[in-house]
Amino acid sequence: MAGDITEMAIGLAHYLIVAAILFVLGVFGIFLNRKNVIVILMSIELILLSVNLNLVAFSSALGDLTGQVFAMFVLTVAAAEAAIGLAILVIYFRNKGSIEVEAISTLKG
Amino acid sequence: MLAAIAFYVFAAVLVASAAMVVTARNPVHSVLFLILAFFNAAGLFLIAGAEFLAMILVIVYVGAVAVLFLFVVMMLDVDFARLREGFQRYAPIGFAVGLVLFLELAFVLWAWTPAPEAGGLRMYPQPGAEAGLSNTEALARVLYTDNVLLFQAAGVILLIAMIGAIVLTLRERPGTRRQVIAAQLARVPGETVVLRQVPTGAGLKDLGILRPPLPPAEEPEALPEPEHHGHGGGHH
Amino acid sequence: MYVGAVFFPLLGACISGFLGRWTGPVAARWTTVVCMALAAVCGVTAFIAVAFGHEPTTVPITTWIAAGGLEVSWALRYDTLSAVMVGMVTFISFLIHLYSVGYMAHDPTQPRFFAYLSLFTFMMLMLVTADNLVQLFFGWEGVGLASYLLIGYWYERESANAAALKAFVVNRVGDLCFMLGVALTFWTFGSLEFASIFGAVDQHLSDRFLGVPVLELIAVLLFLGACGKSAQIGLHTWLPDAMEGPTPVSALIHAATMVTAGVFLVARMSPLFEYAPNALAIVTVVGAVTAFFAATVGCVQNDIKRIIAYSTCSQLGYMFFAAGVGAYQVAMFHLFTHAFFKALLFLGAGSVIHAMSDEQDIRKMGGIWTKIPVTYAVMWVGSLALAGIPIFAGYYSKDAILEVAFASHSATGMLAFALGLAAAFLTAFYSWRLLILVFHGEPRADHEVMEHVHESPLVMLVPLLVLAAGAVVTGYLFSPFFIGEAWQAFWAGSIHNAPDNHILHDMHEVPAWVPLAPTVAGIAGIALAYILYMFAPGVPARLAASFRGLYLFLLNKWYFDELYSAVFVRPTLALSRLAFRVGDQRIIDGVPNGAAVLAVDAARGAARIQSGRVANYAFTMIIGLVLFVSLIFLGTAR
Repeated sequence: MAGDITEMAIGLAHYLIVAAILFVLGVFGIFLNRKNVIVILMSIELILLSVNLNLVAFSSALGDLTGQVFAMFVLTVAAAEAAIGLAILVIYFRNKGSIEVEAISTLKG
Repeated sequence: MLAAIAFYVFAAVLVASAAMVVTARNPVHSVLFLILAFFNAAGLFLIAGAEFLAMILVIVYVGAVAVLFLFVVMMLDVDFARLREGFQRYAPIGFAVGLVLFLELAFVLWAWTPAPEAGGLRMYPQPGAEAGLSNTEALARVLYTDNVLLFQAAGVILLIAMIGAIVLTLRERPGTRRQVIAAQLARVPGETVVLRQVPTGAGLKDLGILRPPLPPAEEPEALPEPEHHGHGGGHH
Repeated sequence: MYVGAVFFPLLGACISGFLGRWTGPVAARWTTVVCMALAAVCGVTAFIAVAFGHEPTTVPITTWIAAGGLEVSWALRYDTLSAVMVGMVTFISFLIHLYSVGYMAHDPTQPRFFAYLSLFTFMMLMLVTADNLVQLFFGWEGVGLASYLLIGYWYERESANAAALKAFVVNRVGDLCFMLGVALTFWTFGSLEFASIFGAVDQHLSDRFLGVPVLELIAVLLFLGACGKSAQIGLHTWLPDAMEGPTPVSALIHAATMVTAGVFLVARMSPLFEYAPNALAIVTVVGAVTAFFAATVGCVQNDIKRIIAYSTCSQLGYMFFAAGVGAYQVAMFHLFTHAFFKALLFLGAGSVIHAMSDEQDIRKMGGIWTKIPVTYAVMWVGSLALAGIPIFAGYYSKDAILEVAFASHSATGMLAFALGLAAAFLTAFYSWRLLILVFHGEPRADHEVMEHVHESPLVMLVPLLVLAAGAVVTGYLFSPFFIGEAWQAFWAGSIHNAPDNHILHDMHEVPAWVPLAPTVAGIAGIALAYILYMFAPGVPARLAASFRGLYLFLLNKWYFDELYSAVFVRPTLALSRLAFRVGDQRIIDGVPNGAAVLAVDAARGAARIQSGRVANYAFTMIIGLVLFVSLIFLGTAR
């Protein structure tokens, strides 16, 4: 379980490392991308996926169903949030005509 | 042994496709890679023993959310040519930040050990093999009893999201004709059918009914309102 | 009666000043004249009652300050000294009010003028009837204020404003010394009432302050205050410029009354001065030098009023050196007679100016004696009195001054005698220079001005005639009382002479040539003036050309103004400019302004963070998140 990454048996740590990599990739996607807003939304989905993976890994390691129950709720909320986010994106595109990230500067103070 | 290989394969593909999501030039490719990532994550879930969740991941995430993404990507008329610039400018600091984050997470997870009394603290312990319950049934026993209020709340969230999406994106189209059922049902025969005495052998023209009917008198068109792009414009 | 003499002018000033706009100029000015007439009646009556009837009184009015050890009250002290002043001031002020009715007839703001004039009279009367130093200072400052208001009466004129300010500031220098003297008096005597001070002089004869005998120091400080008010050399620069004011103002304030306040102060403080011989020596020297200096400058001036102003300055010097040798009574006598003939000379000059359509330069006058005979005659009377020709008032007082200077037998007294004699010669010279250049010779004014030359109206002539009468008889009539046989009964202790001061007796024992010398000097001066200006009119110009340096030195008033400008005025202006530009604008204003500018710049810089770019915001948020995680990680790792 802890400490020995070279062991062939798949332990908790393996799952957690994968989840960490996914999380970092999602963060990358949010602030490195200058292309379009959809990639941001997809990066958020990646982050949520990594969180789910974490929860499920712990649930299986501890033998506790709480993790899976929570992962289900996370899933629900992620779906709702993706829907709303895309709806906003659609209206934004309707009004601005482009989804370029650099062009979003209406909040300029 | 097999489990380990499966794990590594799934994990590798997952990470690779996640990287491609972020870096793909074509947004449609990004969505497709996202779908691939979801599939592999479902595989990982299966290995971890959460088969209900794995299936739900495929059905909901891939079947609904990713398809929604695809819809939107197809619908928006995106200019691909202008999309690539700017990536390199922030790459170094981005990499640095990401690396720092990853290392910290890794260290934390490496040093993690469960508490000695963790075994007795489980809230919903997995039922053992002797109970004969599938993962789905076990989840259901927990979800519909202790967490039913949360379950209902999740439903309300979904309802609100649905309503919200419709409210946000619904456009009034003035030209379309829709049925107004209430008006239809409230129709009185007296308004719809009129009996008239018609002389034998008379045609429509004799009765003064023109087919096709005359177009209505032309009204001078009102000037179109100037288009409002955005709300208020803000400070440009 | 005692109160009336002092407060009627105040009543007139208030009515004319506050209600002048509703009553109109005619009512306002005649109200002040009537009030002044009442005051004059009261004043002369008081004079007769106190000085001749020997009934000195003190009329208390109310308490002013009662703070710890300092008790000061408003009270009118009527002894002979103040009665003399009250009688003279009210009478002459009344005459000048009357004269002003005619002189200022075409002025647009007459109520203001008459209000100021009456206000001045009130302040002067408060000064002379003061029973304590603080009330005296109140009057002192009040006459300074009235002088400022009246010099700058025609305030649209730049030069008038400058002159008024100059008068006030130079007086302020004197006032500073005066205040120090008052403070020292209080410190020494514990009281500011004259009665207490005069009674306690004996006890403080040997007190010292900072190593100097305290009485000497007080006397010197008070004298310096008097120098400012009486335009003695050093603080005299304001007097010629004060001629910017209307002529009645010059006559009243700068001839008869305000400038004599300094002499009055020295006489009033005689109990103190008598025991401060060094201070008296200083007084003598300063007075003598002033008398000579002013006479030299007056010889070459070209403005009719300035000549008379320097003459005043010179005569004040006479009064001071008379007081300096211990003969305060003689100084007061000269003050008394001088008031009459100097006011007469000024009013006569005003009459001339009025006749010459406001021309004041004597080089542009001449040949008008047949056209304004009354003015000519009274100017002759005034000049004769000034020059000290026998029978006329000045003869008695001026002669007496030179006699006491000689009789003092001290070095300073002898110096004063010599300078006074020279000044007498010069006085006569410039007075007749004025008469001849103004009234005689070929007319140097243009034809139109000469056409308009006319005698003044009756309301202006009557005061002139009254004053002329005074200039003639006051000497003869009052000499026995002021300085003659009856002097002790007359003064009745209001002027104190030290036990070893027998100057009023000694002055009758001087050699026979001493009383004659001033008369001879006067006649010689008149003769020289006639020669130079009547019979050989080209000579003065040639003399001025050949002695150009000396001529310019005298014409420019011994370059005092230039000296003061270089030493005091310009550095002060430079300092104030520095204080304004650097101290005030840059530092004091700069601190809040700089803080504001700094705030604005900082805000503008901070506002650049709000670029509105959501991507940047996300970037920043992520970095913040990583920082937080790092902090927590590092915190728990320790």
